Amino acid sequence: MSVTASAITKTFGSYTALGNVDLDVPSGQLVALLGPSGSGKTTLLRIIAGLEHADPGSGRILFHGEDVTAVPAGKRKVGFVFQHYALFRHMTVFENIAFGLNVRRENRPSKSEIADRVHRLLKLVQLENLGGRFPSQLSGGQRQRIALARALAVEPKVLLLDEPFGALDAKVRKELRRWLRHFHEEIHLTTLFVTHDQEEALEIADKVVIMNQAKVEQVGTPQEVYDRPASPFVYQFLGNVNVLRAKILADAGVLPAGAAALQSDGLVYVRPHDVAIATHTPSAPGLTAVLRFVDAAGPQARLALEEIGTRAPIDVEISRSELEQLHLKVGDLASLRLRQSRSFGEDYAI
Amino acid sequence: MPSSRSSRSVLPGFGLSLGFTLAYLGLIVLLPLAAAFIKTAGMSWSDFVAATTSPRVLASYRLSFGASFAAAAVNATFGLVVAWVLVRYSFPGKKIVDALVDLPFALPTAVAGIALTAIYAKNGWVGSWLDPFWASAVGRLDAALPGVAWKEWLGVKIAFDRPGIFIALTFIGLPFVVRTLQPVIEELEPELEEAAATLGANRWQTVTRVLLPELFPALLTGFAMAFARALGEYGSVVFIAGNQPLHSEITPLLIITKLEQYDYRGATAIAVVMLVTSFVLLLLINLLQKWSRRYHRV
Amino acid sequence: MSAVVTSLSAGSGGHVARRATQDPVWVRWLLTAIALGFLACFLLLPLAAVFAEAFRKGAATYFASFRDPDALAAIRLTLFTAAVAVPANVVFGVAAAWCIAKFNFPGKSVLITLIDLPFAVSPVISGLIYVLMFGAQGWFGPWLMEHDIKIIFAVPGIVLATTFVTFPFVARELIPLMQAQGNDEEYAAVTLGASGWQIFWRVTLPNIKWGLFYGIILCNARAMGEFGAVSVVSGHIRGETNTMPLHIEILYNEYNFAAAFAVASLLALLALVTLVLKSVVEWRHAQAHGSGTP
Repeated sequence: MSVTASAITKTFGSYTALGNVDLDVPSGQLVALLGPSGSGKTTLLRIIAGLEHADPGSGRILFHGEDVTAVPAGKRKVGFVFQHYALFRHMTVFENIAFGLNVRRENRPSKSEIADRVHRLLKLVQLENLGGRFPSQLSGGQRQRIALARALAVEPKVLLLDEPFGALDAKVRKELRRWLRHFHEEIHLTTLFVTHDQEEALEIADKVVIMNQAKVEQVGTPQEVYDRPASPFVYQFLGNVNVLRAKILADAGVLPAGAAALQSDGLVYVRPHDVAIATHTPSAPGLTAVLRFVDAAGPQARLALEEIGTRAPIDVEISRSELEQLHLKVGDLASLRLRQSRSFGEDYAI
Repeated sequence: MPSSRSSRSVLPGFGLSLGFTLAYLGLIVLLPLAAAFIKTAGMSWSDFVAATTSPRVLASYRLSFGASFAAAAVNATFGLVVAWVLVRYSFPGKKIVDALVDLPFALPTAVAGIALTAIYAKNGWVGSWLDPFWASAVGRLDAALPGVAWKEWLGVKIAFDRPGIFIALTFIGLPFVVRTLQPVIEELEPELEEAAATLGANRWQTVTRVLLPELFPALLTGFAMAFARALGEYGSVVFIAGNQPLHSEITPLLIITKLEQYDYRGATAIAVVMLVTSFVLLLLINLLQKWSRRYHRV
Repeated sequence: MSAVVTSLSAGSGGHVARRATQDPVWVRWLLTAIALGFLACFLLLPLAAVFAEAFRKGAATYFASFRDPDALAAIRLTLFTAAVAVPANVVFGVAAAWCIAKFNFPGKSVLITLIDLPFAVSPVISGLIYVLMFGAQGWFGPWLMEHDIKIIFAVPGIVLATTFVTFPFVARELIPLMQAQGNDEEYAAVTLGASGWQIFWRVTLPNIKWGLFYGIILCNARAMGEFGAVSVVSGHIRGETNTMPLHIEILYNEYNFAAAFAVASLLALLALVTLVLKSVVEWRHAQAHGSGTP
């Protein structure tokens, strides 16, 4: 089932959490809502779930083309997984998962049907033997999966997850997000999850929606948004980026004199791995910079340089073997050129 | 506690403060309390049983326990409503109302006693209409359902009878339930209610299946505290109770009566029964508090 | 994420759906009415009654009540009792909190439970145990009589019984407070060369002063208002061993209601002042800790 949010505005007093936001989640996809805290992503998720309501008169929520704006949360057939799980502490794992079935007034399954379904779900989340435990007896990753099973028990048409891995430590987080990806490939439930971790979003989502300051900045596949950021914000939010003055680059002959960046805001965005570095030769074109620091731990070496005229910092990423061939030491001069860069404005590549 | 044993040598004053604490605790609290037990130890078992189970004493237990239980139950019910309203809703004057809840802690019991008597007596603000109403209600109950000593059980007046005792005990126990529940309601995550809602529960199901079970341990703790406090209460009750032996004489009053008759042994024997009850209740409350923290590792 | 407080008037506008944490409007009104009605019957009415009864026969009668030498003696004795019992329990509370919060030793949790013990004891029994100790028939009775020292039916007994019933107030405020604050600042002071007393006066005390004040006002309110325990050990000698609550009882039993409520109104005022100070301390605490209640 597809989910569409159109023209959603939400204000809390004088604070705007969402300013006329549109969102489209195609049926069966795993979509990430990515953004820094305060960007409005959780509010959007809660409005889709029906836990929050958009400002009166603004926008609509459609599930598979059907308007659900006025439908209460319990009747929208959404599964919602909370950041801190919100498991019911006084109930066992089994009772937690069965809750949504037990509270049904109409077509409540029989006791044995409920037990069957709970056990199937426990198997699905790979926690078959924990039905009798209380939430306090589970690890964080186990709680997370029980919260997911509980949300799935009511057979939702849409699964919504709020920072699903936010409260877990790094190792468990990595395992669990791979698991979620596999899980999604198995059941193909339309899934929307909120995260502030770009690595997480890029690794598992079919589509990433990047939000900032109550607006959607860009929508695309992970590769699209990483390779072709639509705004300076997306550039800086996804991975590292050098922001350089176009004029300095043009003066150094790295950027053509007529480059569009000179006309717009005068700034050029370039990823550290898109900077080509060579030993300094005075005649050749290139930006002259002095090497300040080398971090060679790991497969890639990260070099911190400083443009000699303005002392602007420039980060460069090259392979370890390339670094060895260069024979560069801290304090040496180097010559930099840009393989690919971008200005906003207009796209520009050397 | 992360502080290690080595802290003993780093910060000064351990011996002095612990020594003073133990000496003061021993002299002011433990030694006098021991006196009560040692005094009764000098009694023979049959004397002790006779002193603590005579009809008048048994009647006072029944009254004290019954009225305390009723008052604590009413406080649990209304205290839950008060705590919920104070935490979840906003209305003008809420801060003043919140502060006023502690009045029974701050108002001397004798003052509370005479004030409640003034209100609920036959010519008082409330008593002037509640008193006749109560008398006729109990009368009708007596006529409709004979066989139970309704007038004996429920009294025929408000002040100077059993209802007065219940009112005084409700007053002094009022803050316990509210103050125990308030922080627990404050810390309830909104997500619990939202989770129940997204799973299809209606508000009533959310309240009865999610919220009340979450609050139950704290509610029971507050109830036990109000009950324990009511059992020992004296000051506010004596003014409003009527104090008739076998009918409206609470156990603490009976202790005083025995003392005034120079029956020190009788008084002490009853006191020991009360003390043991109180200590059991204290233990129970501590266990309840541990229990209510049980889930909170989540 | 904890902002679920709802205003009674908000959200009544119909078409906007209710949030999952909100009760229906009629439930909100009903529960608020029940809560306020209950509190009005049991708290507001008694408080109002004290002042109404005190002034029933006019302001002149009211103020005349305080010219009675017995009333003045009762006020003096109450102040004296509190002036002894409260500081004693403050010193104890600070010492107990210091050893419990700053050090580890076996039996600590037992000690904490024992400190709370007087709260579990009926006031009447709190008086009785001192009679058993120091009364004519008590352990030390014969010895005290020989040396012509009176404790029971005299001022020392009143002070002792009051000290017993107010025993835990300061300690139970300070212990959790100091435990929560930890020892880091004290350790820092040690490394900077401060002596024990310097650490206490300059580092610990400023950190706990509001909690200490909170404990003191509650301790004081109970000390001045205690009735049951004092009643047992006092002997009710007018002008000598009557505290204010006992004086109220005597006046009341003599059907001198105006005078009884006049004295009671002083204690009710004390209670109100206590509540105001308590709220101020709680408010300050909430300010210092960002949000929420202490």
